[in-house]
Amino acid sequence: MTGPTAGRTDTATHRLPAWRAPAATRSNALPAGAWWLWALGLATAASRTTNPLLLGLLVGVAGYVVAARRTDAPWAKSYGMFIRIGLFVIAVRLLFSVFLGSPIPGTHTLFTLPEVPLPDWAKGVRIGGRVTAEQLLFALYDGAKLAALLICVGAANSLANPARLLKSLPGALYEAGVAVVVAMTFAPNMVADVLRLRTARRLRGRPTGGVRAVLQIGLPVLEGALERSVAVAASMDARGYGRTARVPAAVRHTTNVLTLGGLLGVCAGTYGLLAAEGAGYGMPLLAAGLLAAMAGLRLGGARSVRTRYRPDRWEVRAWLVAGSGAAVAAAMIWAQNADPAALQPGFVPLTAPVLPLWPAAAVLLGLLPAVVAPVPPSPTGFEEQV
Amino acid sequence: MIRFDDVSVRYEGAGRPTLSGVDLTVPEGELVLLVGPSGVGKSTLLGAVSGLVPHFTGGTLTGRVTVDGRDTRTHKPRELADLVGTVGQDPLAHFVTDTVEDELAYGMESLGLAPDVMRRRVEETLDLLGLAGLRDRPIATLSGGQQQRVAIGSVLTPHPRVLVLDEPTSALDPAAAEEVLAVLQRLVHDLGTTVLMAEHRLERVVQYADQVVLLPSPGAAPVMGTPADVMAVSPVHPPVVALGRLADWEPLPLSVRDARRRAAGLRDRLADVAPGAVDGDAPRSAMPEAPLPPPRPTTPEAPLPPPRTAPRRGALARLFGRTPQAVPAPETAPGGTPAARVERLGVRRGRVEALRRVTLTVRAGEAVALMGRNGAGKSTLLGALVGMVEPTSGTVLTGGLPPHRTPPREMVRRVGLVPQEPRDLLYADTVAAECAAADADAGAEPGSCRALVSELLPGVADDTHPRDLSEGQRLALALALVLTARPPLLLLDEPTRGLDYAAKARLVGVLRALAAEGHAIVLATHDVELAAELAHRVVILADGEVVADGPTAEVVVSSPAFAPQTAKILAPQEWLTVSQVRAALGGGA
Repeated sequence: MTGPTAGRTDTATHRLPAWRAPAATRSNALPAGAWWLWALGLATAASRTTNPLLLGLLVGVAGYVVAARRTDAPWAKSYGMFIRIGLFVIAVRLLFSVFLGSPIPGTHTLFTLPEVPLPDWAKGVRIGGRVTAEQLLFALYDGAKLAALLICVGAANSLANPARLLKSLPGALYEAGVAVVVAMTFAPNMVADVLRLRTARRLRGRPTGGVRAVLQIGLPVLEGALERSVAVAASMDARGYGRTARVPAAVRHTTNVLTLGGLLGVCAGTYGLLAAEGAGYGMPLLAAGLLAAMAGLRLGGARSVRTRYRPDRWEVRAWLVAGSGAAVAAAMIWAQNADPAALQPGFVPLTAPVLPLWPAAAVLLGLLPAVVAPVPPSPTGFEEQV
Repeated sequence: MIRFDDVSVRYEGAGRPTLSGVDLTVPEGELVLLVGPSGVGKSTLLGAVSGLVPHFTGGTLTGRVTVDGRDTRTHKPRELADLVGTVGQDPLAHFVTDTVEDELAYGMESLGLAPDVMRRRVEETLDLLGLAGLRDRPIATLSGGQQQRVAIGSVLTPHPRVLVLDEPTSALDPAAAEEVLAVLQRLVHDLGTTVLMAEHRLERVVQYADQVVLLPSPGAAPVMGTPADVMAVSPVHPPVVALGRLADWEPLPLSVRDARRRAAGLRDRLADVAPGAVDGDAPRSAMPEAPLPPPRPTTPEAPLPPPRTAPRRGALARLFGRTPQAVPAPETAPGGTPAARVERLGVRRGRVEALRRVTLTVRAGEAVALMGRNGAGKSTLLGALVGMVEPTSGTVLTGGLPPHRTPPREMVRRVGLVPQEPRDLLYADTVAAECAAADADAGAEPGSCRALVSELLPGVADDTHPRDLSEGQRLALALALVLTARPPLLLLDEPTRGLDYAAKARLVGVLRALAAEGHAIVLATHDVELAAELAHRVVILADGEVVADGPTAEVVVSSPAFAPQTAKILAPQEWLTVSQVRAALGGGA
């Protein structure tokens, strides 16, 4: 826009207060980590309750934020997929409960399936038999919890750019990160190859569908992918990928010792935590191992001469987004201790779940990103007034 | 800046060295063009500059290549990354990241430049290449010209002193090619960058070169000199040079501007001939252009049409001997049955209307060129004709049937398409197996495909792997596979990409013979010279709509973008090809 036009529109439109979310650009983009922390906060909250009303509220909050702040990037379309997976999980959980029975005692028999007689050694396993309302309700609650967890992860997946997430890895892991990024751009290319070759079969007078088609184009598709990967590798090499700085031998050896020792410490510490005895030394060992490994990675980064172009900055809005997720998680953990009955509604005997007021209000804190996160350009081209 | 000292390169398992005895020096700040027929080792020579040959490709390099004093034997490609920027033939294979801005920064990140330097250079490069509006766009959504500019920009940001480019404009439409060349021109003139590039489409680039390096044949020593000197002896040359050689212009003109200044005399000579010779048929009576044109006594100017029932093999074999072959005009009378009829065709992809109300009729024996910028809908229209794309509205009838609802086995006998990437048609691991499969697919008698291959590709053994064929040979193989079913309508999508002038001349000969036998041909192409040589009619698409449809001479001469060089030089007279001029001069003299 040129000067006078810009000036006019500025005064014509109502002035937005400074705290309102700005339009997203590369400079003010939220770090991918902030979205993930927010989503993991919601997921932690979901894992603390089986109350379907609260779970529904959590999914609703996640969905609203996704709808308000997702871009039209390819990964942003994965949210619908995650919802479908969630519903599938609930369905599978219910089916298992119906066919394999459940240890939940119940008095409201809905129907009885013919029971398959099983030999003695399969004691404790049941196929078919009585199906009660209590057991179905339990399965439904359980499945809903898992589905809500998945949907929260899906929300992070569709809001955060995966390439940026990998770019925030420490320097020593950078090369692994690039490999993953290249692999991620490969998958869509291969899908495009398969589609193109399948339609090209028509040109030879062969049907485009069926197993034979897939088998016949499999080899050319793999060959194409291989060729492309060799070309990308050549291009990366010619553009300086893998240039290393010279580091003194002492630093190299220290790096190796720290990394290896750290990983060993982590393994031993985890074992200590999980094993029945040894809870005493598990925690400190794990912490020491983690510290050593991190120091090793940091030292290892010195070998790499790389710098970063416009890394994502953690600013106020990023902290607010991450903090809102953490707040929801903290509130739910507190509520679990304060009022366990409200978060785990009973199913024996059957009771209708009630919406606990304070936890529900806390869940609504998760809506904060829909207000504070920068607004991405709308895919339809219309300016949204949020 | 770049020095080759007695360099030879031999690949594992190859009978002879790909390059041998190369001695050349490229001075700083020059734009040097590398030319030569396909398969003479142009890409190998370019790869040797960046160190990818032999560090990445394998093979043995003897002699010494130094770039700014750094020996490529002791420096790996990554250690030359701050000095040499390389862009290969396929820009998509070059990209490491997913958005334009990240791609521009990638090379600098690897070199460890300071963040504020990187930011400044990215902004400068975005402006230099006119990419500022695309900075946040995913690379996959860009057009071919934009991708090529991003690829060049991505190697420019580390400020290399040498830029190595392998066919930077081959895949681009004329306008996008101009864009890229303008950028290169600016780099050489404003920044003093040394540019070494290989290109088949000499008509686009030769006038920009300071020097030309010619690799005349495989293993032969390169010839280096000023463009005019090298073009005077080069087996590959653009039409403007061919015309200059024909008219004995001295020094040889390299650009349309130079040629026009000297062409006044030629225009006068032709002014008397033209009205008699160009009676609507003459543009089609052009001879296939031989790579090294010996002055040939020409056949009478009004060519006699050969018998329409000429057997296919005879015609093809004759063309393969590169005998001048006069091709008759198609029957333009509307009485012939149309090979394909498209009426008010619309194709939508999501919200995008790829084609809108396209109406087109192709008659038997007619060659139609579809032109227009990248993404104008050319490939979509070909796809609709062959049934790969389903029409959203309107009708398509190919050989009287709606192609997308006819089973593929029926369709191959009515229409054949050679796709942009001929490799898409090849599944088997030997030529013989491909041929057997093609016979079975088409229901032709065994051996008919192999006979076609022998005509189109003489000297290719049965057990050759299709992957080992050159670009032009692969195209010929795909063409043979498609022709096995003898479809009356033949479609070609961008057939001259990566072909040198000799391979192109052979293709033109083959296609002319097919048209003479009554095949209808539709080709989508950016190559204005090909369209001028071959097409009776040109259809120009823009944003999915037909914006021009008419005889080649009419449509092409009036358009600055789509006019071939000969037409630009001799305008307002309607000459399209050098061979046409040669025939007229020979006949008139």
